[in-house]
Amino acid sequence: MSEVLVDVKNLKKYFPTSEKDKVVKAVDDVSFRIFKGETLGVVGESGCGKSTTGRLTLKLLEPTAGSVSFKGQDLSGLKRKDMRALRREMQIIFQDPYASLDPRKTVFQILAEPYRIHHPEMSREQIYEKVTGLIDCVGLRPEHIYRYPHEFSGGQRQRVGIARAIALNPEFVVCDEPVSALDVSIQAQVINLMQDIKKEFNLTYMFISHDLRIIKHFCDRVMVMYLGNIVEIGSKEAIYEKRRHPYTQALLSAIPNIKSKDKGERILLTGDIPSPVNPPSGCPFHPRCSQCMEICKKEKPVLRTMEDGTQVACHLELS
Amino acid sequence: MSLLEVKDLKTYFYTDAGVGKAVDGVTFSLDKGKVLGIVGESGCGKSVTSLSIMRLVDPTTGRYEGGSILFEGQDILKLPEKEMRKLRGNRISMIFQEPMTSLNPVFTIGYQIEESLILHKGMDKKQARERAVELLELVGIPEAKKRVEEYPHQLSGGMRQRVMIAMALAGDPELLIADEPTTALDVTIQAQILELLKSLQKKLDMSIIIITHDLGVIAEMADEVAVMYAGDIVEKAATRELFDDPKHPYTIGLMNSIPDVEEDVERLRTLEGLVPSLYDMPAGCRFAPRCRFACAECEKQRIRLTELAGGRQVRCRRYEQ
Repeated sequence: MSEVLVDVKNLKKYFPTSEKDKVVKAVDDVSFRIFKGETLGVVGESGCGKSTTGRLTLKLLEPTAGSVSFKGQDLSGLKRKDMRALRREMQIIFQDPYASLDPRKTVFQILAEPYRIHHPEMSREQIYEKVTGLIDCVGLRPEHIYRYPHEFSGGQRQRVGIARAIALNPEFVVCDEPVSALDVSIQAQVINLMQDIKKEFNLTYMFISHDLRIIKHFCDRVMVMYLGNIVEIGSKEAIYEKRRHPYTQALLSAIPNIKSKDKGERILLTGDIPSPVNPPSGCPFHPRCSQCMEICKKEKPVLRTMEDGTQVACHLELS
Repeated sequence: MSLLEVKDLKTYFYTDAGVGKAVDGVTFSLDKGKVLGIVGESGCGKSVTSLSIMRLVDPTTGRYEGGSILFEGQDILKLPEKEMRKLRGNRISMIFQEPMTSLNPVFTIGYQIEESLILHKGMDKKQARERAVELLELVGIPEAKKRVEEYPHQLSGGMRQRVMIAMALAGDPELLIADEPTTALDVTIQAQILELLKSLQKKLDMSIIIITHDLGVIAEMADEVAVMYAGDIVEKAATRELFDDPKHPYTIGLMNSIPDVEEDVERLRTLEGLVPSLYDMPAGCRFAPRCRFACAECEKQRIRLTELAGGRQVRCRRYEQ
């Protein structure tokens, strides 16, 4: 087994609501590891806690309980100064490149900022060299550095977002729906770019997406979340082929089929995703599960490890 | 006779930046009881095409510069606004992408459905309420009698889209235009809504135009597909034929951009470059700057839509005789 880069243990994040005694259980006790050099895909529908998990992993949010360790170092005990130093090694690419780039700064100013903050010893010339290098690396042209974010298309803006994330040579990048706001032909360009950059900079990705096709293409391991819980985590092959958890089955069968002629049996889930303020008792998925048993309504299933290493949280007999 | 015939439709926008040719000579027809999919990326003109059919293009900047839209033989573009109102929301209705912004937050969903019934069908309040409950049941909203009193914010995204569909069905439309109806929804909810639209289409024998950027949605729903690029239809074919054997380089590029769930590839094959600006279209083939088959010939003049065997059409020099 390769080196563990990120180790998340019993992580919880509850947000307060306007009602005093009620909380939103956005992330409710998740534990997982991210290994060096891999891409862990996190997939689930809105409100499943995937983005919150991503932010907690980077300590952009403080957890309610649980811990995150990066290279063996527990982040919760870190002082501001030490955390800042560690931030160089852990970065994030956001979904909406327009909202995450300062509209009043040129691309040069945006990309120079990480160096100014973390490497105050660098001269303007050195920074300029770095920035033009970055720009080239993400497929933009040198003249682009004096433009403002609004002068770019969505795909180009996301390239700027990627350049900013890799500016300080990080080891770990959380990608939070990085291509969801882009057109399909542009999505493919950005996905390929992210693949190239991963190789070039030896990155480890946590790739958050609701797009099951892109997750399959891009990730080594996949974690499926539902209502703040991990329902299944394992290798891409195990998740997409074995489809052990009933929710994984439903999610995968809901992808509209493009290329093959036989449409296969679709599992149509009834009802909506329950509210995380008032999650169901027992298994969070039980009200929508076609194979729900008595025990599912009472007892929350824990992650069980299968023979191939996949972990599944389900009371059904699985192998 | 076709239910809808769009002929050489041109919808241009006049802005400070110049003339934006959002829809530039679009032609297609739709038979009764059929589903036509229009697919393309942002700015290809798919939404402006649908707004043109509803005659909802913003009159302060947009103008219909040519062509005709025949609905049961009658040219919509020539109708006086009063006549158009009788069609719109009644015989032709539309559902939009974001159900929260298309519903009025300060009225109950019942009120919003009843409004159209009272206006178009001349029902009284009691009749309208009964019909509203029926419509909510038809679109699969549980406890419709209770839900009819609720406000949009009390419903989930999927339920709101069902309400939008119920509203659209209030006038018993012959044509339903669905503009990205599932884009804002999660996959499992998207599957529910597509299933609902399919069953309603059969039950009510409606024609549907479904507008989307998602080829998967097209594959699920449409009998026929028109692929749009930069204000033009570049390819039109029966859905299965298009997916099995795409002809236009843009269609091929679009399909290759989507990772396949069934088979793994090392790298996605991409379309390089960007969509041309509406205000500065290439003189010749609009896809030429991004096309790997492009040659000097392509850039000379606009390419005609060529009819191929089996009634499919493609706008590409390589297929011209």
